[in-house]
Amino acid sequence: MSGNQSLDENGDEPSYQRGQVVDIINSVISRVQVGGDVSSDLLYKELRDLKDIIEEARSEITFANPDEIKNKHIPTATDELDAVVGATEEATGTIMDSCEVIQSQMEHVASEIAPVIGAEVTKIFEACSFQDITGQRITKVINTLNQIEVKIDSLLSVLGKKIPGLSGGSGEEGESESLLNGPQMPDKAITQVDIDKLLAEFD
Amino acid sequence: MSVDKDMHVLIVDDYKTMLRIIKNLLGQLGFRNVDEATDGEMALKLMNGRKYGLVISDWNMEPMTGLGLLKSVRGKNDNVPFIMITAESKTENVITAKEAGVNNYIVKPFNADTLKQKISAVLGDF
Repeated sequence: MSGNQSLDENGDEPSYQRGQVVDIINSVISRVQVGGDVSSDLLYKELRDLKDIIEEARSEITFANPDEIKNKHIPTATDELDAVVGATEEATGTIMDSCEVIQSQMEHVASEIAPVIGAEVTKIFEACSFQDITGQRITKVINTLNQIEVKIDSLLSVLGKKIPGLSGGSGEEGESESLLNGPQMPDKAITQVDIDKLLAEFD
Repeated sequence: MSVDKDMHVLIVDDYKTMLRIIKNLLGQLGFRNVDEATDGEMALKLMNGRKYGLVISDWNMEPMTGLGLLKSVRGKNDNVPFIMITAESKTENVITAKEAGVNNYIVKPFNADTLKQKISAVLGDF
């Protein structure tokens, strides 16, 4: 499959390419501009080809069912991700509850092993910060899904009146621009050591 | 200079998990007077009623971010030691925070040693 095509409902490549539409329109325009001995049959054929392509595109958009993506799939996905955040937050809370119970009992633990247990409990606490990190990453995904929803809404607003089976939407924008984007992927992040060096340059 | 562990410390984060982790780690370092806020505006209200010796704030919060809080604090000529914590480690953000008057910057996830080291860098030896 070439880069500028998508599969149709049968998994087959569409019978046209995007450039074809432009080619046909340019061909029609040039024939009309030149004038003179323009064959009406030829013009008719060009326009009929264009009509077929438009019909096929409409069919593909309808098959993709953007209305269902917007109203069902994206809300379901965001709800699931919200549930993941909620579940990990609850589980993390339970882990930290247990850690605090252990910490409160440390005075009853033999002095030679108390520091070891204390250090390990601290590590558990530190590791619980995964919930914050994963929560921010999941929030990024939810924001991305919301952006996709907005784009689909815009698409439906434009095409909804013209294609049967599609409905329009509000096209509202979301997400605060004042916030950072959350944690980078490891290959794009700078380290604490890098940051310390950077800050030292200010001193 | 040594750290006064009786000082009031304000920690600011919209994730309860992080507030709890930081408070616990601060407790292990000997800090007992720790107040919590879940965003910049709440932090400012607390700061209006109490003098803090240290503020440790997350960046990514709504409606007021950690950077907004830092700018408001510095705008009042309050030189309270301010440590920013964030999961986002972009060079430009570090520079922005430094230019706004941050004293130190910690990247999540961090451990107790890093927290202790950064507090020590700002307040003095433990």
